[in-house]
Amino acid sequence: MAISIKTPLTREMVKDLKAGDSCLISGVIYTARDAAHQRLCQLVEQSKPLPIDLKDSIIYFVGPTPAKPGQVIGSAGPTTSYRMDAYSPILIELGQTGMIGKGKRGTEVVDAMKKHKAVYFGAIGGCGALLSKCIKKSEVVAYDDLGAEAIRRLEVEDFPVIVIIDSSGNNLYETGREDYLKYNR
Amino acid sequence: MREISALIITQTVKKLCIEANCHLGNDIKKRIEQFYENEKWPQAKEVLERIIQNYKIADESNQPICQDTGMACVFLKIGQDVHIIGDVKETVNEGVRQGYEEGYLRKSVVRDPLDRVNTGDNTPAMIYFDIVPGDKIEITVAPKGFGSENMSRIAMLRPSDGLKGVKDFVLKTAEEAGPNPCPPIVIGVGIGGTFDKAAYMAKKALLRPVDKKNETAFYADLEQQLLEEVNALGIGPQGFGGKTTALAVNIEWCPTHIAGLPVAVNINCHVTRHKTEVI
Repeated sequence: MAISIKTPLTREMVKDLKAGDSCLISGVIYTARDAAHQRLCQLVEQSKPLPIDLKDSIIYFVGPTPAKPGQVIGSAGPTTSYRMDAYSPILIELGQTGMIGKGKRGTEVVDAMKKHKAVYFGAIGGCGALLSKCIKKSEVVAYDDLGAEAIRRLEVEDFPVIVIIDSSGNNLYETGREDYLKYNR
Repeated sequence: MREISALIITQTVKKLCIEANCHLGNDIKKRIEQFYENEKWPQAKEVLERIIQNYKIADESNQPICQDTGMACVFLKIGQDVHIIGDVKETVNEGVRQGYEEGYLRKSVVRDPLDRVNTGDNTPAMIYFDIVPGDKIEITVAPKGFGSENMSRIAMLRPSDGLKGVKDFVLKTAEEAGPNPCPPIVIGVGIGGTFDKAAYMAKKALLRPVDKKNETAFYADLEQQLLEEVNALGIGPQGFGGKTTALAVNIEWCPTHIAGLPVAVNINCHVTRHKTEVI
């Protein structure tokens, strides 16, 4: 049974999520990938205000394809997360509680997740057409000049994810593979 | 001498960019469905089911299978009896420009690897020419996503490393990539030649349909062995565990220097895209 998550994602909610849990997210999430993360962290460095409120927020690492006429958004699957490793700990410290992406994370991110209680969700990579159906509204809220890399405010309904790394540091990429190999022995 | 106008090349490239990005090849679909049938690990089976749903939606709604619609890699086999009227590189780039705009594909190319300003039209394409006998042009468009491209590796092995060295390097590359390149993956391997040629062969290997074996029996066996060994790693679809880590291993090889054993491994995701047309 999948766990339903309604945003905002509080630190209390994060504590209950365990690696391997299937979840369906509904509510507001923000998109950002390489270039937007870089800009956000530059603002933090300069102690300037950010264009989005990070408290209890979820950031989805995605750069969608352009929407066709009549579409809310184009294809919108996750991008590889490790490229955001230099930035995520800074944003987590400022209140971000969730990340959606795919692939491994560095120890600096996991340490920040454990310290501040944040969670790393995986969406299925290469399933951008399918995932786009769960996005009901999309609006650029910052960095329009970045095109696909702009920050978008998305309203999602039952957006399917799985907890990859939980706030205790348990990692599905390690346990899933170990469990399978034990089962297959 | 046959004359072919640049306009026809532009139109063909444009069409192939859109088709390749929205419609997965039948060889890959069939392979994914076979692995889905044989996969027993529930988590893996669920992921493969979603992957199948996804390419069906893309087919029906004519929308990109994946949001990373790639760098456009364009391979032209030009018959030596063809005379192209117009600038061939510009005509290919114009096809990419039109295809990515009209197909609502993502523009993912930056003009300089260090200043990183988006060119806004997904050009320039990565263009490869081959001159062949005849009076036709074969055009293949292979949009290449970078989640998997970033996990690709090259090694200049010693001749003494031999077959074991090659196998170990392919396995190590797949293992280190783990969940990052969106498994199940397709692995292109180039063995021999020079540093650059090995990488080129690895990329070309990804263009071969996954149900077509290597023409050389020894390398066909090696492809099968490597596929089994990669799938024994247990990484599974998306890295959640399972037997379906790779859908195929395709090898291209060529002669090399007495002192060398270059090996390149070019990884592609389950959205391994390429479309070909002959004009």
